[in-house]
Amino acid sequence: MAIKLLLENDHIEGIRYYDTYRKNGGYRAAEKALKMSPADIVEEVKKSGLRGRGGAGFPTGMKWSFLAKPEGVPRHLVCNADESEPGTFKDRYLMEFHPHLFIEGLLISSFALGSNATYVYIRGEYAWIPDILEQAIAEAKNNGWLGKNILGTGFDCEIYVHRGAGAYICGEETALIESLEGKRGNPRMKPPFPAIQGVWMRPTVVNNVETLAAVVPIINMGGDEYAKIGAGRSTGTKLLSVCGNVNKPGVYEIDMTCSVEEFIYSDEYCGGIPKGRKLKACIPGGSSVPIVPANLLFKTAKGETRYMNYESLSDGGFATGTMMGSGGFIVLDDSQCIVRHTMTLARFYNHESCGQCSPCREGTGWMYKILKNIEYGKGKMSDIDLLWDIQRRIEGNTICPLGDAAAWPVAAAIRHFRDEFEWHITHPDEAQTRNFGLAHYADPIHVPVG
Amino acid sequence: MNIQFSAEKMTKVKEIIARYPEGKQKSALIPLLHLAQDEFGGWLDAPVMDYVASILDILPIEVYEVATFYTMFNTKPVGKYLLEVCHTGPCMLNGSDDIIDYIKEKLGISAGETTPDGLFTLKPAECLGACGYAPMMQLGKTYREHLTKEKIDQLIIELRGASVN
Repeated sequence: MAIKLLLENDHIEGIRYYDTYRKNGGYRAAEKALKMSPADIVEEVKKSGLRGRGGAGFPTGMKWSFLAKPEGVPRHLVCNADESEPGTFKDRYLMEFHPHLFIEGLLISSFALGSNATYVYIRGEYAWIPDILEQAIAEAKNNGWLGKNILGTGFDCEIYVHRGAGAYICGEETALIESLEGKRGNPRMKPPFPAIQGVWMRPTVVNNVETLAAVVPIINMGGDEYAKIGAGRSTGTKLLSVCGNVNKPGVYEIDMTCSVEEFIYSDEYCGGIPKGRKLKACIPGGSSVPIVPANLLFKTAKGETRYMNYESLSDGGFATGTMMGSGGFIVLDDSQCIVRHTMTLARFYNHESCGQCSPCREGTGWMYKILKNIEYGKGKMSDIDLLWDIQRRIEGNTICPLGDAAAWPVAAAIRHFRDEFEWHITHPDEAQTRNFGLAHYADPIHVPVG
Repeated sequence: MNIQFSAEKMTKVKEIIARYPEGKQKSALIPLLHLAQDEFGGWLDAPVMDYVASILDILPIEVYEVATFYTMFNTKPVGKYLLEVCHTGPCMLNGSDDIIDYIKEKLGISAGETTPDGLFTLKPAECLGACGYAPMMQLGKTYREHLTKEKIDQLIIELRGASVN
């Protein structure tokens, strides 16, 4: 049985309310943390090896230690709850069903960073969740966990929920900061980094919901103990949101030691592929990470078992591997069309590009147009190389990573499924009525090839 | 239409502005635009945006540029019920295209159009964070998930009924 830290109390009815949460060990970490020094809390988080759970995987303790602390200038913790990466819905689950765990994490982190006013920037479409959070904040406040002079420590903290209004780009931390200031979500040039000049030009730390919730078990068990869970530099537990063609879509917590094969086929997690279909491909970390065909999913190119953690998923680089990303786990069965799926992602990134940098603004639209042509039987063979060329010229040439996020899915689809693109072009009519199927990239473990 | 928040809404407006540091009231813009859109007919007409600008003591252009950037703000009138059906990758894998086609056929409108009675607008949407519960749509403040053609039939009957009462 896998270790659970965040969803440990998932089965307890009423865990979203204060009394139940408190009775089940809630706010014990906050009690402990408020007796520690802020620097010691940062130290525990560093020792835990916790990496940002929003997608980039940057070490949280290190990010915290970059925060500038000029005399007389307020600092802010801002929580990135703008979860918008296709395939990702884990933060929604935490906020909706475990709001107090989230608030406890926010409180401890605010204390560690010296943030007296902490903001939760939540995507606008999650319109019912601010009510849940605000009710939980009120409960926490009534019980002395927020407000003035918390537990007699002299520390004041307010948590405010700020709704966005539909813009994927606001999940990028500097765009989020611009949006929080009441502007368009155009990412800023870095440096200066938010840790020096963030919201209202004040030092700011932006962390993902799951990252901040993970601070609670880290304080409860100590950073060293937390670091013992997991594998290598992938410490602790990770939430995965599973969607696409699996028997049991939903949110799962893993301790990063299970294999990808186990994750997809065991009843504890995804429960296999429905309707007797076969696995074709998987995007394990949200739509922007490279898609991998089944034959590279369970075993790396070196023939080693692939595990559900940062290092193992990225083994082989982009040539044969992928990324842990945000944990948005998208599974495609053999009835799915890679060209069509890639086209929807290209449309998504085109819709969400802020328009600031021309490679992304123009390139995403161009890629979508070409993919649409190929999908609808109007493609030319030269379009495939053109797509490759466009994505290559977007990647790395934009202010923020949205350009890379738009380029990678297209690159990976061509890299691994070029024959399927070619088939669309050589069989324009047939491609409208049936899909390409598995070809040579079926899961070799569960489907004998040949 | 008289563009003025009610006294009760004005209390809420003040409470929102107070969340941000003094002089940084512009931060309240997006929350206020949500309030204004809910209050003044489901979309943001120029006089409504000018009114929000006056509350926050900012230029109208600062409001327009934000209202036109974010997908959730409607700068044109929409039907009483805005059906925003997600059609990004994970929803597509689970048949969202069929759901969109079914709604088009049933209501006799194309994507982006409103029914002549002003009740329904269909808008294909990009990922709404409900990928595991696909196909889905956003309807007002909530999501309708695991959509089927039967559920669309029921929903439309339900909403037509609600609009009569």
